[in-house]
Amino acid sequence: MPQKQIYALPNIVSPANPVIFNPDICNGCNTCVEVCQIDVFIPNPEKGKPPVILHPDECWYGGCCVNHCPLPGAISFNWPVQQRAYWKDKATGKVLRDSQ
Amino acid sequence: MTKWNDLLEKNGKVPPWPYPIRYDEEHEIDTDILVIGGGIAGCWAAISAARNGVKVAMVEKADTIRSGSGGPGCDHWCVTPANPHSKVDPDDWAKRLVEHPVHAGQPPTEPLPLAYSNGIGTQIQCREDFDTLLELEQMGGKIRDVDDEYVGAEGRYDDTKFMFSPRMSPNHATEVTIRVWGTTFKPALKKECQRLGVKIYDRVMVTSLLTEGGVQGAKVVGATGFNDRNGEFMVFKSKAAVLATAGNSSLWFLNTELAGYNTFPNSRTKCGDGMSMAWKAGAELTLMEQTGMHMIGTGLKHTWYGGSGDASFENLQQVDAHGKKLPWPLQGWPDGGDMRPSPEGMQKIIQGIKDGTYALPFYGDFPAMPDIERRVTWELMLGEESTTKNITNSYEKAGFNPAKHLLMNFLLMEGNGPANWRTSGAGGLTVDWDLKSSLDGLYVAGGQMFAAGDHSYAASTGRYAGRKAAAYVKQTGESKISRDQVTLEKARIYAPIKRSDGVDWKELHAGIARAMQYFCSEYKTGLLLNMGLDALKEIEEVFVPRLYALDPHKLMRSIEDLCLLTHGQIVLNASLARQASSRPLNFFRIDYPEVDPPDWNKFITVKLENNKVKTGEMPLNYWGDMKTNYEARNKDYTGVYKGK
Repeated sequence: MPQKQIYALPNIVSPANPVIFNPDICNGCNTCVEVCQIDVFIPNPEKGKPPVILHPDECWYGGCCVNHCPLPGAISFNWPVQQRAYWKDKATGKVLRDSQ
Repeated sequence: MTKWNDLLEKNGKVPPWPYPIRYDEEHEIDTDILVIGGGIAGCWAAISAARNGVKVAMVEKADTIRSGSGGPGCDHWCVTPANPHSKVDPDDWAKRLVEHPVHAGQPPTEPLPLAYSNGIGTQIQCREDFDTLLELEQMGGKIRDVDDEYVGAEGRYDDTKFMFSPRMSPNHATEVTIRVWGTTFKPALKKECQRLGVKIYDRVMVTSLLTEGGVQGAKVVGATGFNDRNGEFMVFKSKAAVLATAGNSSLWFLNTELAGYNTFPNSRTKCGDGMSMAWKAGAELTLMEQTGMHMIGTGLKHTWYGGSGDASFENLQQVDAHGKKLPWPLQGWPDGGDMRPSPEGMQKIIQGIKDGTYALPFYGDFPAMPDIERRVTWELMLGEESTTKNITNSYEKAGFNPAKHLLMNFLLMEGNGPANWRTSGAGGLTVDWDLKSSLDGLYVAGGQMFAAGDHSYAASTGRYAGRKAAAYVKQTGESKISRDQVTLEKARIYAPIKRSDGVDWKELHAGIARAMQYFCSEYKTGLLLNMGLDALKEIEEVFVPRLYALDPHKLMRSIEDLCLLTHGQIVLNASLARQASSRPLNFFRIDYPEVDPPDWNKFITVKLENNKVKTGEMPLNYWGDMKTNYEARNKDYTGVYKGK
């Protein structure tokens, strides 16, 4: 197995990914960087790339980054596991969960 | 690749700070009116002042386009008794709201024995809320069903296309709350500010109010601030200022590990900045001893609206695990949109859980709703309210279909949070009939005044404060700021960036919160409250000098902590001053156990004079006759804006 470089990193701030960028759609316009109330993101040092999630621990899931994005699908929510909802199918009684 | 450590792994180095650092630069801005906070109240104050022909600068910590509690959206325009379909008189409705303060859902049927309300803000809202809404439509905000998406929904009037909510309108008895498309509001407000030439300073945190001669209690002549991306220092000189900052949701509690700041009902930007700077400038505050409980969103609980039953789930029947209907309000027309069962009703449900009458978990039965009402609740109300669009969108993406699925209600499964996880109450600045604070040159709008209301309250009081501040500016002279005051403030603000080790903002915040949990919580005594003041003083003297910030963003968070610290001190002083217990204030002193003794049914005020705490009092109806006083001061009110 090819060995990947292992770094001495502290535990990653959790939750680390309040949103997920789709690099195929995102053109790095940084609208989300601007509309975020609390500066969760910074622009990517590489122009045209999706922003960097710098302060995920300050994210309040306000939603402006996703809802104000000019390119639908470029950025989507990613609820922390413990915040994912449960629901029930009325016809079958099966309990389902946001497990995408 | 999106996380900073991905960049580290890719490049072997930490990404550089993306903005230029300008700690040493200072800019001075001269304006007629300075609006502090660019949320709903701030934008409306700026627009209304600018329409009155004065020069306006507005300062906002984030980007005005989506900032503030109302930035993401809003689904209810709550208090519009002046709308054409209303069945109540605006002045009567104002009086009723003052006697029956609305906390969630409809006011109680009988007048409360005791209410700590704001008769001035409520009267303004009842008279001007509908005009404010119509002006919002002029700017591009969507306030009616112009696309005929919801024809046939209950509460929709086909002639005006206004859609009413059952909130506060049992069986259509009042028709005072209008359903709105609030995600359109904030961009429209920012655009109007820009069109009117309001100078907007986004990403700037205001840190202090400047007073004439630097004297506490003197006229407010400006403010200081800094850019939270590049660190640049800003000095604002103004003839009048409108304080339109927000409350504080995390004074008793910090936990970002479980779900980020999603663990609070509001974003981190709300941390008592306005109250803190006003207090230091010598402004008078009241109701600061009141606290609330973290109902949801405490990190150990579900996010706002993540489960059924929260405020926007109108007309949704709650059922038990087997589909049995619960004696829980529908939030519909029969119950006037009431959100929660009465305390007795809740006890019955809890007893029913224990004896097997009702099986957990509970659900909101969306499939049982008529299609049109389901669409109104899911698409319009949940789609437009604040942070809820991310819930409807992401749940749908994950397969949730309200026509087929019942959404779980987590409220009772989660249990109650500890009593020492509290929220700030309705404390804020006292105001007169011009929405002027106790300081000359300082006006107040929205959530920063005591006993404030919600989104439309912020809008209508912002609009009113802007108008009154503009009138004041036209008859006042030039301001002069004290350079000494600026120099001192600059040294205070930049202290954390001069250190690279010590105590970071999260550690300090949690330390302040712990002091509040220990010494100013469910049960209070003079001894505990004084220990609380000592604990905060110790934090101020020992740990604040160790506070460090590695970049302008962390500097903002650090300075916010200092606001939290001051806010805690105000709460403790106000709590010491009220020597009685009070149910409406959720305030219980073991050393003064009598609940709401008549002698103490009054506002207790606190302020600083020569840096000493001075307490005072005001009668509960200090505003006098609301209709008479409103009319006496608004003879020149021209209604809906007709300018270009």
